[in-house]
Amino acid sequence: MIAAMVTSTQPGADALARASAVLEGVADPELPFLTLEDMGILRGVRVAGDAIEVSITPTYSGCPAMDVIALDITTALAKAGFDNVRINRVLSPAWTTDWLSADARDKLRANGIAPPERPQGKRALFAETEVACPTCGSKSTERVSEFGSTPCKAHYRCLACREPFQYFKCI
Amino acid sequence: MASALNSPHYRYLLRLADNALVLGHRLTEWSSRAPTLEEDIALSNIALDLVGQARSLYGHAITIGGDGRDEDHLAFLRDTHEFLNVQLVEQPNGDFATSMARQLCYSAFAVPLWEGLARSKDSELAGIAAKAGKECAYHLRHSSEWVIRLGDGTAGSHRRMQRAIDDIWMFTGEMFELDEVDRQMIAAGVAADASKLLPIWNETVDDVLAEATVKRPADGWMISGGRQGTHTEHLGHMLAQMQFLKRAYPGAVW
Repeated sequence: MIAAMVTSTQPGADALARASAVLEGVADPELPFLTLEDMGILRGVRVAGDAIEVSITPTYSGCPAMDVIALDITTALAKAGFDNVRINRVLSPAWTTDWLSADARDKLRANGIAPPERPQGKRALFAETEVACPTCGSKSTERVSEFGSTPCKAHYRCLACREPFQYFKCI
Repeated sequence: MASALNSPHYRYLLRLADNALVLGHRLTEWSSRAPTLEEDIALSNIALDLVGQARSLYGHAITIGGDGRDEDHLAFLRDTHEFLNVQLVEQPNGDFATSMARQLCYSAFAVPLWEGLARSKDSELAGIAAKAGKECAYHLRHSSEWVIRLGDGTAGSHRRMQRAIDDIWMFTGEMFELDEVDRQMIAAGVAADASKLLPIWNETVDDVLAEATVKRPADGWMISGGRQGTHTEHLGHMLAQMQFLKRAYPGAVW
């Protein structure tokens, strides 16, 4: 996914390939089993002179993890010998849960977090989304709170196996 | 760069940002004081979204023509009359019903506003709006559920919910006003026409109030002036607390 967004300026092709390889390994700080690329947070990388410029986008406007993410990227690249790193925050197009790969959805489920389900219609303010329990698979679940431990998650409970779980909110 | 304060584009963005910041700060006042743990987390999350929206908007306003004041300066070193938020969002938290009435009235406005702004010719604003709109849809659902639960609850909760809606009502009209700044920005394709959002707002709020068995107040005299810098005394008290640290320790960064 990220390869398609990579743009190269003449001599930096090798640096670009190395930097991209490093970035592929950087994990999301809140969901460490997913990479920033899995999450769709990593929007692009390019070589600008002797600097590496990395574009990232927040999942939510006030996501407090953005500073940690920027630091993690800078640190990972510094370890690979890139001292001059610029982090560029892009807001448009706005991040959406549609950018989570199928693989990422499986990883979420395997880690006890229900992946996002299709959004309800605009006027359907109270339409309930059907969320399957990531532990037992039952669709008999209820929302405890729309807002969970991070801005991107809601708090649910399974009515079949009684297990509480987190749901990755669809936006 | 010059006459940034007179630039309608800058002022328009500042109004949007100030709405989000002031309401966001009000909600943080519930942190550690909310009725339940889940609600404490919910209100803090909503506050986080709003403060995040404000940061994006201040950042953008600065790049299109600020006067050298950075984001921290705009938030922490402006005095009351320089804030351009609607008076609705600065109203004190009161009891939980009051906070939810205020939140419903703002969110029911914010959702269609951001939807309109997602089509702005200002592409950066459009990007911020697309994200903010999705966030505010969750805020709208959250506050609607509480207004319904309290309104259609016990005799006591119903009485307080009705009073909260009655008391906040005169602050709702300002959101739909247009002045010269708005008209210029609408003509430029930057702004969404807030005056056209009233029917949508009415539909949303009427639905919620009906389900909550709360009577919709009559549209009487509406308070105005926040967007031009005139505020209720409550904003000053709020800023005194919000800005204390930055003012007590000039130049402090975190």
